[in-house]
Amino acid sequence: MIAVEHLYKSFGAHEVLHDVNERIRPGEKVVIIGPSGSGKSTFLRCMNLLEKPTGGKIFFDGQEITDKKVDINSIRRQMGMVFQHFNLFPNMTVLRNLTLAPIQLGLMSKEEAGEQALALLRRVNLEEKADAYPQQLSGGQKQRIAIVRSLAMKPKVMLFDEPTSALDPEMVGEVLEVMKELAAEGMTMAVVTHEMGFAREVATRVMFMDGGGIMEQGTPQDIFSNPQNPRTQEFLSKVL
Amino acid sequence: MDAFFAQLQRDFYQSFLEGDRWVQYLKGLLTSIEVTIGALLLGIVLGLLVAIVRTLHDQQRNERVSGLLKFFNVLCKIYTTVIRGTPMMVQLLIMGFVFFASSRNLVAVAILSLGINSGAYVSEIIRGGIMSIDPGQMEAGRSLGLGYVPVMYHVVIPQAVKNILPALGNEFITLFKDTSLVTVIGLRDLTKVAIQIQAKTYQAFMPFVGIAVMYLIVVMILTWMLGILERRLRSSDCR
Repeated sequence: MIAVEHLYKSFGAHEVLHDVNERIRPGEKVVIIGPSGSGKSTFLRCMNLLEKPTGGKIFFDGQEITDKKVDINSIRRQMGMVFQHFNLFPNMTVLRNLTLAPIQLGLMSKEEAGEQALALLRRVNLEEKADAYPQQLSGGQKQRIAIVRSLAMKPKVMLFDEPTSALDPEMVGEVLEVMKELAAEGMTMAVVTHEMGFAREVATRVMFMDGGGIMEQGTPQDIFSNPQNPRTQEFLSKVL
Repeated sequence: MDAFFAQLQRDFYQSFLEGDRWVQYLKGLLTSIEVTIGALLLGIVLGLLVAIVRTLHDQQRNERVSGLLKFFNVLCKIYTTVIRGTPMMVQLLIMGFVFFASSRNLVAVAILSLGINSGAYVSEIIRGGIMSIDPGQMEAGRSLGLGYVPVMYHVVIPQAVKNILPALGNEFITLFKDTSLVTVIGLRDLTKVAIQIQAKTYQAFMPFVGIAVMYLIVVMILTWMLGILERRLRSSDCR
């Protein structure tokens, strides 16, 4: 579904990603772990071109999206993205947060988008917050709404960039619960996270990144119980 | 003492009432306000355009910037540098006596000069407002598949407006006071009226202090209205 070939990314003289080659297949739940500064967020953000790669190619459904002629907006519609800091639009109600893109892009009428939004909110038990503004919500509620805002575009793949890192501990569970449900429904997911429990439970593949590259990857059992790379061992000994 | 007040009364009569001179002040004041509003609108349009070009350019970070954008960015930079680096009165003289020396429509020349001047300042105000919005807002919008312009229009600018409104209000007030400079191109604004009346009556105190009071009253009304607007925007925020 997503294929990355020889991906390089530098910020000025600082190289963040070095020759990353990777493939995410439909239905996979890839969890990316690693120390901060390892390039995992940048890698994720490159996949929908929020960061423009310095070199290399990225394919989505067989189409090269790093090609200059590609309409990136139509590609991004098919990829949901959830951010660490939620990034809900504070100047709009929750309902409008969910309906803005479908309506603006002409995919749905106002009524259809509104119905879909309410259905999505019901799914995360936040239907009664439809007319609230983001400032009135807790972090966990905001993140659940951010997730369904992406889902409103009916994406083929969801990218999660440390979705629980900015949350109070007691709110992490409710967000992970939504993500687990999503995974169970068969959504293709790429998740950057520090939640090792989630990785163990949900991931079909765990990727350990360090120093701008993928050091090791495998099933959760392989990585957590029997890591081969010394860097992986060191990292896991610190976080587990 | 009585003589002093009698003198004052006569001065007042001469400066404001004789020959219905107050009508001239009123007309001058209306001209000043007309120029202010016209220049403000022009300034906001110019300022918004320049601000969008400049932020669009700066937000590309280390990516390749298209040649066209680079060209417009340089153009905008030159514009703000030249306008902010030369005195308003000199700009008016150049516009009035060089570019539009033969124009009879002095109001239009004044609006154009002040509007172009104001645009340079407004662009920096708007740019600051746009830059103050978390880049995550743009990223979130773009990640949903929306283009740059729709995200700007629906998400970033509505939030920026709240931040820039106080500064924009100050600019409006500055602009109104700056209209007194259009006197130099011969437009009969409030200041010009006072100068002409002073030349006729040889009374300086009443006309000049009089228009100072008039400017002050208008500025106070504007400040008051801005306060209401700001409060209303904040209450719609539910913060």
